[in-house]
Amino acid sequence: MPLTLTVNKVTTTVDVSPDTPLLWVLRDVLNYTGTKYGCGMGLCGACTVLLDGKAVRSCMTRVSGAVGRAITTIEGLSPDGLHPLQVAWEAIDVPQCGYCQAGQIMSAAALLARTPHPTDAEIDTAMSGNLCRCGTYPRIRQAIHEAAGAHAAAQSEGGSPNADQS
Amino acid sequence: MQINRRSFLQMGALAGGGLALNLYQSPQAAAQGPGKPPDLTPQAFIQIAPDGIVTIMARASETGQGMRNMLPMLIAEELDVEWKDVRVQQADLNEKKYGLQFSGGSANTPAGWEPMRRVGAAGRELLITAAAQTWNVPATECTTQPGRVIHAGSGRSAGYGELAAKAAALPAPALESVKLKDPKDYRIIGHSQAGVDTHSIVTGKPVFGIDLKLPGMLYASIEKAPVFAGKVKTANLDVVKALPGVRHVLVIEGGITPAAFTPWEPGMEPGIAIVADTWWQAQQARKQLKVDWDLGPAAAQTSDGFRKRAGELLQAPPAKTLRKYGDVDAALKSSAKVVEATYEYPFIAHATMEPQGCTAHWKDGKLEMWTTSTLPVDGRGLVAKTLGIQESDITTHMVRGGGSFGRRLQNDYAVEAAWIAKRIDAPVKLLWSREDDVTHDPFRPGGTVGLKAGLDAQGKLTGWRHHLVTFGDEKNNAPGGGIGSDTYPSGFAPAYALYTSAQPLMLRCGAMRAPGDNAYCWVSQSFLDEMAHEAGRDPLEFQLELLSNKQAPWKSSGKDEVGDHEPTGASVLIPERFKGVLELVAEKSGWANRPKVAGRGMGIAAWFCHLGYFAEVADVSVDASNKVTVHHVWAAGDVGSQIINPQAAESMGFGGVIDGMSEMGQEITLVEGKIQQTNFHQHAILRMRQTPPIEVYWRKTDYAPTGLGEPTLPPILPAVSNAIFAATGKRIRTLPLQRSGFSWA
Repeated sequence: MPLTLTVNKVTTTVDVSPDTPLLWVLRDVLNYTGTKYGCGMGLCGACTVLLDGKAVRSCMTRVSGAVGRAITTIEGLSPDGLHPLQVAWEAIDVPQCGYCQAGQIMSAAALLARTPHPTDAEIDTAMSGNLCRCGTYPRIRQAIHEAAGAHAAAQSEGGSPNADQS
Repeated sequence: MQINRRSFLQMGALAGGGLALNLYQSPQAAAQGPGKPPDLTPQAFIQIAPDGIVTIMARASETGQGMRNMLPMLIAEELDVEWKDVRVQQADLNEKKYGLQFSGGSANTPAGWEPMRRVGAAGRELLITAAAQTWNVPATECTTQPGRVIHAGSGRSAGYGELAAKAAALPAPALESVKLKDPKDYRIIGHSQAGVDTHSIVTGKPVFGIDLKLPGMLYASIEKAPVFAGKVKTANLDVVKALPGVRHVLVIEGGITPAAFTPWEPGMEPGIAIVADTWWQAQQARKQLKVDWDLGPAAAQTSDGFRKRAGELLQAPPAKTLRKYGDVDAALKSSAKVVEATYEYPFIAHATMEPQGCTAHWKDGKLEMWTTSTLPVDGRGLVAKTLGIQESDITTHMVRGGGSFGRRLQNDYAVEAAWIAKRIDAPVKLLWSREDDVTHDPFRPGGTVGLKAGLDAQGKLTGWRHHLVTFGDEKNNAPGGGIGSDTYPSGFAPAYALYTSAQPLMLRCGAMRAPGDNAYCWVSQSFLDEMAHEAGRDPLEFQLELLSNKQAPWKSSGKDEVGDHEPTGASVLIPERFKGVLELVAEKSGWANRPKVAGRGMGIAAWFCHLGYFAEVADVSVDASNKVTVHHVWAAGDVGSQIINPQAAESMGFGGVIDGMSEMGQEITLVEGKIQQTNFHQHAILRMRQTPPIEVYWRKTDYAPTGLGEPTLPPILPAVSNAIFAATGKRIRTLPLQRSGFSWA
């Protein structure tokens, strides 16, 4: 059945079963493949998108529940790829395999929107639903602090003092 | 240059398909035999546009270890260009052109270090020759600055872009004849370069296997039996065929005969493939399937049964003697103190964040596939064999994979996608669900180890008896379940015996990051810690003394199952390097002055594998309900003379520690042949809040650089479990932690 969605500020109509998870509509119908499938049960956070600014797991969100709400995916986080989190992620070179990173960034974006200068504990609480098999957590913490402008806090934890020692 | 000579010889062994591929006992790869390494040319790897932008081909697959940076950086350094002017492009599979296209066994650094730099230097030489001919001056009078050839005598210079067309037409110089830079002049190597795909990743561009889309592409999902290799007897195929979006329902007969030994690539697993307009529709249709399975003999397998049989085998005379020197039984008999222990570790699944899958397109009798395989040459061979076509009829594109950890060395998903594509004559993307991915993983095999060691009156180790009960038949161990006869402390204990016995396993196993070593390090380094404690000595001091023992000479038996300890015999464990990382991590962690507080403790461990040395210290506290918090980890590594991409290398150090900690909480168990874990809630990955600050330090030594994918991981497991002992006095001899009464906080 036709459903009207607003994804990254663009309104579009899709013809899918209303119980289809938003994830699969985004990925396979609308070609927003930045949002990733990881578990299908809301356990890993790879599919995280923003719904009216709040982080949700799109694998557990029926597409019908997203009608009339603002859906933001990694592709629409910023018009030019220059959201402070994206800039920090690149500067710190956070990703290893990179698969979970879109979900990590979307959870971090929701965190910074409500807590512009999070503490380590607030970061841990907000981010512990996003799994990373490669173990990029120290870099993610560092990048969130950097994006929040808290350089001093970033240096006090996570990364080694010898990051560029060679 | 002794170092270069040595590493070049190493490279020869790797590129010939011998050492690196045998790590994983890959029959297809091994069957290629030790051929002559291909003659690499700069033209194959380097293209320079008129504006000076340089495109460098990345020959190896990328699943997160930074291979798309590391190998091209080596070329760019010697080519003498600015990294900002480099664009990296993933090569398709073509080993005749590119040489080794394999990412496993931490092999790309040792295998690429010399030849990739020589490719770059040969490219530079071609550009110099082109300029010298243009200017009619001797090439020896020309030099380069990044991106330019200079002739100082006449004040002339030309950009690489202006010279490229002429240079490309010149004959490539012999790689062994080109001159390499002095490492002190490096401008790219040793300087952190962000991942070439990082921008695409953080902006959500389609870079992963799962993101691939072709015009007219259909989506496939496969229902497999709940028991390994179970076959379809009957199913309601007609009902499922009529469901929304479903285009094809195909029964896969499969090619596996369950037996005590299941090989590396056993053939297709049976099942029912559903092909639909969208993957979600295929998944929904799967739920309506009603299948009567012939579960076969694997349905009799249970974890309890494995445990019981392992116990019996430990009591019986061992089936095989892998190594024996000194009279270990006599040494134990005359020891002042003898300690016995049994260690047990579970099966675990790879659970890469991107589940397995592959896109394939069959057209006009030829196949094109987009695969995340890290051993794609094997995949192409298997696809050709399964489909009954020539390898020359297959085009293999190598797509970034969302993690591998050894999983993507096997190519089952690619064979399945190709098989479906040929049957339906359309482009198709196969995707496994997470549940498929966990329950049909080629698991890291579990194992049980009986240990017995002795101390003399002075508290020195006298002998070490090691009996590994693994899986397999009389001849073969399950993939990932073999052990190298030189595995530490083999060679250092004054008297020593390594035995194995095996029980049947009708289940597919594979290579998990640091295969074998991820378990053997935990066993040996935990038991060494036990011995040090029994001797009333500091575990660091106890181990340094052991490493000072005169080494019992080791030579390859030709049956070295793990193999990463250099079956060539060229580089067995070098005690000074092992000691070096132990001493460095002790210094950085303040080991000597560690506080003694109830409920809190530090543990130390080290390991040599995949040509790298790592020592790690964990600072751990345990609360009243046995919840474990790791407060801090220090890691020290020795991977030779050069850290090629420092920030990425440090990230690999973080990753090895975190991944190893994850493994301490994971297990795969079987009841009536069925895997009991299906998703991340039952096979957990460490979370951010559980992740300690980690410090990584490098000990530079005068050896050719080696890889970081694997050796960072093994020491963290015993470092943590030894720390738990220091904190509580309770020894962890069974993993996961939960089976020893502990869990992560």
